[in-house]
Amino acid sequence: MHQSILVYRSYRYLKWAALLTLASVVAYALHNPHFPPNGGTWLGYTLGTIGALMILWLMWFGVRKRRYNEGKVKLEDWLSAHVYLGISLIIVATLHTGFQFHWNLHTLAFGLMVVVIVSGMFGVFAYLRYPQLMTANRRGQTLRQLMMTIAEVDTECREIAVKLGDTVNRLVLDSTENTRIGGSIWRQLSGKDPDCATERALSKVRTEVRADASASVKDESRLIVLLGRKSELLKRARRDVQLKALMDIWLYAHVPLSFALLAALTAHVISVFFYL
Amino acid sequence: MSFRTLQKAKACVAGGRDQWPGDEFVAEHFKIAIVGSGPAGMSAGGHAAELGVSHVLLEQTTHLSDTIFKYQKGKFVMATPDVLPLRSTMTFKAGTREEILGNWDRQTEGAKVNVRYKAEVAAITGSKGAFELKLKSGDIITAEAVVMAIGLQGNLRKMGVPGEDWERVQYQLNDPAEYSDETIVVVGAGDAAIENAVALARQNKVIILNRGGEFARAKQGNLALIASSIEKGVLDCMFNTSPKAVEPGVFVLKTPDGEARVPVDRIIARLGAVPPRAFVESCGIVFPSSDPGALPQVSGTYESNVPGLYIIGALGGYPLIKQAMNQGFEVVEFILGNDIEPADEPLLRKVFDKLGSVKVSDVLTTIQQNVPILSGLTTLQLREFMIDSIIHTPTAGGVVFERNDFTDSFYSIVQGSVDIRVNADDPKQIVRLQKGEFFGEMGLISGRRRTATVIAGQGCVLIETPRRSMIKLINSVAAVKREMDRTAMVRQIQTYMAPGVPKADLAGVVEGATLETFGPGAVLFEEGAPGDCVHLIRSGSVTISRRIGGRDIVTAYVPAGNYVGEMALVRDAPRSATVRAAVETETLRLDGQAFKDLLASNAGLRQAVEAKLEDRMAQNVVMEDKPEAGSLIQFLIDQGVGEATDVLLIDESLCVRCDNCEKACAETHGGISRLDREAGPTYASIHVPTSCRHCEHPHCMQDCPADAIHRSPNGEVFIDDKCIGCGNCERNCPYHVIHMSYKAPKKPGLLQWLLFGTGPGPGEDKSEHEHHGAKTAVKCDMCKGIEGGASCVRACPTGAAIRVRPEEFFTLVSQRN
Ligand SMILES: Cc1cc2nc3c(=O)[nH]c(=O)nc-3n(C[C@H](O)[C@H](O)[C@H](O)COP(=O)(O)OP(=O)(O)OC[C@H]3O[C@@H](n4cnc5c(N)ncnc54)[C@H](O)[C@@H]3O)c2cc1C
Ligand code: HEM
Ligand code: HEM
Ligand code: SF4
Ligand code: SF4
Repeated sequence: MHQSILVYRSYRYLKWAALLTLASVVAYALHNPHFPPNGGTWLGYTLGTIGALMILWLMWFGVRKRRYNEGKVKLEDWLSAHVYLGISLIIVATLHTGFQFHWNLHTLAFGLMVVVIVSGMFGVFAYLRYPQLMTANRRGQTLRQLMMTIAEVDTECREIAVKLGDTVNRLVLDSTENTRIGGSIWRQLSGKDPDCATERALSKVRTEVRADASASVKDESRLIVLLGRKSELLKRARRDVQLKALMDIWLYAHVPLSFALLAALTAHVISVFFYL
Repeated sequence: MSFRTLQKAKACVAGGRDQWPGDEFVAEHFKIAIVGSGPAGMSAGGHAAELGVSHVLLEQTTHLSDTIFKYQKGKFVMATPDVLPLRSTMTFKAGTREEILGNWDRQTEGAKVNVRYKAEVAAITGSKGAFELKLKSGDIITAEAVVMAIGLQGNLRKMGVPGEDWERVQYQLNDPAEYSDETIVVVGAGDAAIENAVALARQNKVIILNRGGEFARAKQGNLALIASSIEKGVLDCMFNTSPKAVEPGVFVLKTPDGEARVPVDRIIARLGAVPPRAFVESCGIVFPSSDPGALPQVSGTYESNVPGLYIIGALGGYPLIKQAMNQGFEVVEFILGNDIEPADEPLLRKVFDKLGSVKVSDVLTTIQQNVPILSGLTTLQLREFMIDSIIHTPTAGGVVFERNDFTDSFYSIVQGSVDIRVNADDPKQIVRLQKGEFFGEMGLISGRRRTATVIAGQGCVLIETPRRSMIKLINSVAAVKREMDRTAMVRQIQTYMAPGVPKADLAGVVEGATLETFGPGAVLFEEGAPGDCVHLIRSGSVTISRRIGGRDIVTAYVPAGNYVGEMALVRDAPRSATVRAAVETETLRLDGQAFKDLLASNAGLRQAVEAKLEDRMAQNVVMEDKPEAGSLIQFLIDQGVGEATDVLLIDESLCVRCDNCEKACAETHGGISRLDREAGPTYASIHVPTSCRHCEHPHCMQDCPADAIHRSPNGEVFIDDKCIGCGNCERNCPYHVIHMSYKAPKKPGLLQWLLFGTGPGPGEDKSEHEHHGAKTAVKCDMCKGIEGGASCVRACPTGAAIRVRPEEFFTLVSQRN
């Protein structure tokens, strides 16, 4: 039945990762080089090689994910392993360095790796947390259906507004024509529109009504109800976009930084062979 | 026909007149009258003309071949089956609708076929040698023989009010964009009426007329569409209103407030079609059963039970153009008394290949002698049956099928014997079936896995018949159904309830058993009622529910191959729960007393029943504490899971909406995704996307003229490349998972996209591009033939997408809450 990547196959890949970490730690503890431990000892080379291969393998995930015809192994296996082995990489790589961090290219590679891993951890958090919120927020509708409902409310608002004089009419028109959902990355992530035409229309129409007791109160209060409903729907639509953005955004750090990591790592390996 | 009448006939055809000049009182007489000018009728007319036989081809519309005329513009028409040779005066090969119709028009004229348009036949009376055909116009035509070739499309239902033949009353709408700035009244409350009304309303003032107070017959999406259109004032609706009369430019209506006169430019009535059956029966032709799929029985020469009255084409159960044309040709020969070798002879010879060089007719005779269930078939039926079938000559000891296979074909034993391994744990426990017996009917009836393994005996010859042909046969030959049900009953009781109990001990139960059918939602029995029977579910599935705190709580789901109702009998108590059919369900109702007697005389069975009962009670206790789990079962059943054999369920609390499942589907299926991840309802975080359920009895298969839909041994329902793109399956699937699609264009490879960004990337290419060839039906095939199984599930990174089989629903549901 349904199983999240963390508990997948009774934590099989957690066990693998734990084993790898344990082996590295034990080896590191038993290892007794002439110099302080570092990447240049035989264990250093071993751990470094393991780490580098793991990075290549972790990056290969991006390709494997899109090779749909490939093999029997489910992508969930890959991701579950990616997550746990990716985390264990911190230990493996750190033991490789022998805690020799200086301001140099090598540490840059290490730093990039840590950032990629931390972004990955956020990803896992996002993947486990936001889907539920998204479902709850949608209340059984798709985003498209939500948009259609908004469009319907818009039409009705306009029909009423036509009867209600210029000011109101202009406000409503502004609200229907300048409805923004999403937009720039920041707007998506914030889940809000600081300059929401509908909010503006709603508050102004409210004041109008209070000021003018004579006019067709029935239409105006209906308009207020409708604008209120639209504002509610907009909040939900923006929240939806926000949640989707939160689930996607970290990948924009995770993937490009892993390429940067790959470059730095290549430089690191080349440099150590040249300057040793 | 006299020379004079012939001259008149020609004059009439040439002048296009409906009436005889001068003497209306003389009925015209022909040797052959052909009703309906579809491929079947037209081909018959062509051959009659070619032979110079006096004939008339009566067509109710103003053109040939109305069914094909009504295909969508530019539709690519296919000429399947390829192996079947065409035998007709007219030509036919795959091409567009326009090419084919144009061709036929020219050839019909060239061959001087005596066609009479606007000649709807309203009644046929008389007998061989002297039939009388009454046309709707009142004209009478007499003929020695009549060929019925009216197809299956039926007649569009008319409004039945005075003045309805005003030229602007229409019963069809091809292109709503053709009309603008008109006042149009659309009559009807079904899907077609709603879709037309809304489409027309874009450019016209539209009123939709509904005889009732609501739109109950339409599908969900259209209900929402019409409700919002009315609310928004896009169109007007008049409820509880019916047509009274039509005057040019005015529609007179009967409303709840009295008569109303509405000025109109056009009236479009979408009232559905009347199936042709009533008309056919009124001509004296009998149908073997009341089933809507039943076909009139015809002889080897296409003659019906009324001598001299012949039936060909789709009406006779031959749903393809080529078959229809061949029959048109042959029927004329038969009427003239010529015995010709049927065109399907080469096909049959191919089927019988395995038997060495034998004469087709000899094999057919042997089959009919050896297999009682097939003995009641006419030669024509048997030929058709055999063409669809496969002959097997397995070596002794070979496996015919395995327990748990999902195949649904039917086997008859022509020679030798087979051994059925009825006990999974003990291969020695066998039942031997002899020549003349049949097997495989259990899977056919239940739509579920095979319940036993079958091993071939010495010198065994078997006929394997696909489900579709078997169902066609069951619907058209009552004796076949009776015989099959009778035999199946004993086997079902033995397999589903009393394995190992000797047949003799079951006599009492079998004696009082009856076959019952329940529609979706129908109650088998009610909580609190006295328990007087046990139901053995032979197809479909049921839910068990109890009333707790005034609410019905579903506590279990029971699929076919199980029994319900034993609790009350064993415990001697009233019914402890209500049992409802989840989908169309068939049960064997076993008499309560007989069941008790059986238990009393059979300790082993009693123990097994008791044990099952204990299990069920325990499960009830668990489920009663979790009303949400019950609601989830109900929700899943409402989504068709009750008839599914395998369904994709997405856990929305895990789904990150990456659509990798959809992309995987497209990538592994020629660039077209068969899955719409987002569409479809959600309950308690379980989302049922729009994707095939691989139904036990697939609705989509029902009506596929090309026989392109099949079920493979693993259970997946798939469409092969015989599809002719008619769209029947798309309409028949209640879950809207089939769509008609062009082939997708080729894309550059993955690495090219990853590295250089060429092409649209993985997934379905939804951009505009040119199409080639014909649209065909596409649906999920559960990645049949792809290693590792369903791509959608394999490609889901988070484990949100899983596929579930009915036996697993309970685990799924009880794990979630
Ligand atoms: C959408 C669609 C696509 C299809 N595509 C293909 C394909 O690609 N290839 C293929 O081989 N098959 C295809 N088929 C099936 C094929 O169209 C039919 O099997 C075929 O038309 C049957 O021929 P027929 O002559 O038996 O009947 P029809 O073609 O149905 O002709 C019956 C004729 O009888 C007339 N008629 C009815 N009642 C009366 C009456 N009382 N008096 C006078 N006239 C009457 C009707 O107006 C009609 O013209 C398709 C079917 C559909 C619905
Ligand atoms: C093929 C794989 C690798 C090889 C051969 C390798 C080799 C080495 C060597 C020889 C050193 C010692 C250099 C010195 O003492 O000056 C070293 C140090 C180091 N390596 Fe690696 N390494 C590999 C992979 C990695 C990986 C995957 C990381 C982490 C991203 C990494 C990060 C570091 C760091 C941070 C140091 C310490 C640098 C310092 O002393 O300032 N190495 N490596
Ligand atoms: C240096 C280590 C890592 C590298 C190089 C790396 C690289 C990648 C790459 C290339 C992808 C493919 C993204 C795509 O194409 O869509 C990916 C996806 C992902 N990674 Fe990592 N990763 C690393 C570590 C981690 C860690 C430690 C975690 C979690 C704790 C993690 C979690 C994920 C997740 C959740 C995805 C998204 C899967 C998806 O949506 O398909 N990664 N990673
Ligand atoms: S296409 Fe529709 S009817 Fe056919 S098996 Fe799938 S869900 Fe059932
Ligand atoms: S698969 Fe569907 S569209 Fe194709 S021929 Fe069969 S019913 Fe028609």
